[in-house]
Amino acid sequence: MSGTFLGMPAFPEAARAAVRDATLRANLRHATHTIRDKRARAVAELDDWAELREAGKRIKDHTLRHLDHYLLRLEEAVTAAGGTVHWAADADEANRVVTRLVQETGEREVVKVKSMATQEIGLNEALEAAGIRAYETDLAELIVQLGRDRPSHILVPAIHRNRGEIRDVFRTEMGRWGRPAPDGLTDSPAELAEAARLHLREKFLRAKVGISGANFMVAETGTLVVVESEGNGRMCLTLPETLISVVGIEKVVPTWRDLEVFLQTLPRSATAERMNPYTSMWTGTSGGPRGEGDGPRAFHLVLLDNGRTDTLADDVGRQVLRCIRCSACLNVCPVYERAGGHAYGSVYPGPIGAVLGPQLRGTQSALDASLPYASSLCGACYDVCPVAIDIPEVLVHLRERVVEGGEVTRRGVRVRLRPARGHAAERAAMRAARWVFGRPGALRAGQRLASRTRGVHPRALPGPGRAWSASRDLPEVPAEPFRDWWRRTRTEAARTGTAPTEAGKAVRGE
Amino acid sequence: MRIALFLTCVNDTLYPNTGRATVKLLTRLGVDVDFPEAQTCCGQAHYNTGYRHQAEPLARHFSDVFRGYEAIVTPSGSCGAMVRELYPRLGERARAEGRGGGLAAALAPVVPRTYELTEFLVDVLGVTDVGAYYPHTVTYHPTCHGLRSLGLGERPLRLLRAVRGLELVELPGAEECCGFGGTFAVKNPDVSAAMGADKVRHAQSTGAEVLCAADNSCLMHLGGTMARLRTDMRPVHIAEILAGTEEEVLA
Repeated sequence: MSGTFLGMPAFPEAARAAVRDATLRANLRHATHTIRDKRARAVAELDDWAELREAGKRIKDHTLRHLDHYLLRLEEAVTAAGGTVHWAADADEANRVVTRLVQETGEREVVKVKSMATQEIGLNEALEAAGIRAYETDLAELIVQLGRDRPSHILVPAIHRNRGEIRDVFRTEMGRWGRPAPDGLTDSPAELAEAARLHLREKFLRAKVGISGANFMVAETGTLVVVESEGNGRMCLTLPETLISVVGIEKVVPTWRDLEVFLQTLPRSATAERMNPYTSMWTGTSGGPRGEGDGPRAFHLVLLDNGRTDTLADDVGRQVLRCIRCSACLNVCPVYERAGGHAYGSVYPGPIGAVLGPQLRGTQSALDASLPYASSLCGACYDVCPVAIDIPEVLVHLRERVVEGGEVTRRGVRVRLRPARGHAAERAAMRAARWVFGRPGALRAGQRLASRTRGVHPRALPGPGRAWSASRDLPEVPAEPFRDWWRRTRTEAARTGTAPTEAGKAVRGE
Repeated sequence: MRIALFLTCVNDTLYPNTGRATVKLLTRLGVDVDFPEAQTCCGQAHYNTGYRHQAEPLARHFSDVFRGYEAIVTPSGSCGAMVRELYPRLGERARAEGRGGGLAAALAPVVPRTYELTEFLVDVLGVTDVGAYYPHTVTYHPTCHGLRSLGLGERPLRLLRAVRGLELVELPGAEECCGFGGTFAVKNPDVSAAMGADKVRHAQSTGAEVLCAADNSCLMHLGGTMARLRTDMRPVHIAEILAGTEEEVLA
């Protein structure tokens, strides 16, 4: 396992291997079905769920519509509370800023709160290149980091691992990073959690720098919010002297009161909890700039764009910026359940990853051009999304971008994309089909030809048709298409003066 | 009441028995059914594969063919959803591209008049007992676009429960997609096949003889999977069950 997503194959190839991995299939099936069912029960408890979902959507849409305004307001509020705001246009810039900030403290190690934004920019790798060790402190992230693995789920990054695999990783790897796993460690959840707790505790107590993301940033107060389950976040946010938070610009909400919606919808959608165990909120250096109180003495907020402003310019695709990273869409997705998270080739897997990735990165790589097709468009993701992102709509929109090209915004500039390669045969087939469907006579001729030659139709298809017939029999072509039956029985009925359905019956008996 | 049967290109070409059954059923219920012969395809495969601009002339053609009818009835949840949910979107997108409201106006008349078959039976005709007889054990798979885009809900089950002789058994994991997904079935064949095999295994676990759905494209995928897995179940479209009577059971 390489620990990086670079050079990942396109989705169908990566998924092929995953589908055949029986252990992975079993792990994913068990885990996704468990969370899926719990979420359904947690959501069903609220009789105003539809209203909360609509409110969440509207708050996000309003904020995105006036994002420039709210970001400046946020900067003002954070600065007034003793924090420093940095603006990063892309991953490289964000990594440079964070690396410099850590270097300025003179520290060589940091503790991290689970954060998608820092994974998106590859911060751990950038810090490592500068000789700084970043310790993940979320249990599942720890498992992934110790195993030199890649995350396969937004919320449960080690979802592809079972208890036995986790025990093995702890036994062999913990010692290399710090306190080793206790002797005789079994795969009981309590023992595994205790081993992680002991291993992490020494890191929390030693670290001088903490790095986090945030679930929300409140523009009016400059308050950041981290929602978590394990308490490791609280440790990282309160113990170190310096706190650096890297947050996507779409995470801002206008007012404190807006949190009332998301703090109801996020936990229920994510972990199926009515309320998450730890909700940490901080406003700048709350102890004051002289550090007379609790918490970090220096606070830096790195606002990350990395494709978000470009996405905002896309009138269909911009809805993906509403995402609050709850993972409900992953847990309900039948494709994710079988292909697993790694097949999506980025830190954002599942349905949201299949749209968010190509929106943020573009559709130019083979992987990103394949992701919009990694869905049967069943719509289960849209149903569960707590901010009503119509993922199927965006998937189809991105498919259009792949096959037709067209105008997009890249780094603030409108550019015209050419259609992706590898779709020439499909494009020709679609054009031919449109031609036939534009002419009922041609359709009839084609249907008749198919019916008359049905005795010599092959059982399996050659070439690209194997994609169908490798696993499924072909349907049998009938002796007569419906429209011929209709015409024949109607003519017959007119001639004999019987009711058409009676004629139809007579035909059936032939 | 005179309605147009929008059979869909897949049913017309590959599943004419579903068309015959729909005609038989609706005629039995006193509906005057016409099959406008100029009908071809709603454009769903084009649209969902990313060829929206190729789907536009097909949608216009659909509207030209069907706009004169009081109601347009289709035995396909996904093609019904194409008209009802996605035709308005085609119009909106054309407008957003600066091409004016022409497409939206051209498509508007057919959108509210298009009904999926079970929806037409329950909501418009107001029947759940259609006088059918079908002496088999059946399990029902709600296909995704019927379930989520059209919100068919309990309608197909209510119709099936009223069929004499029919024993309806619950399908585990019923609301999970079967893995067809149009071009998904060939663009991601491994995942599609895995989903199909799981769906078939669930269906088999019920002990039913028949797997019923309201969409033949999904049944084509599931039927092909059943044959390959050598199960003794068969796929049957709901129209063919509802059209059956004691004199003549169709499928």
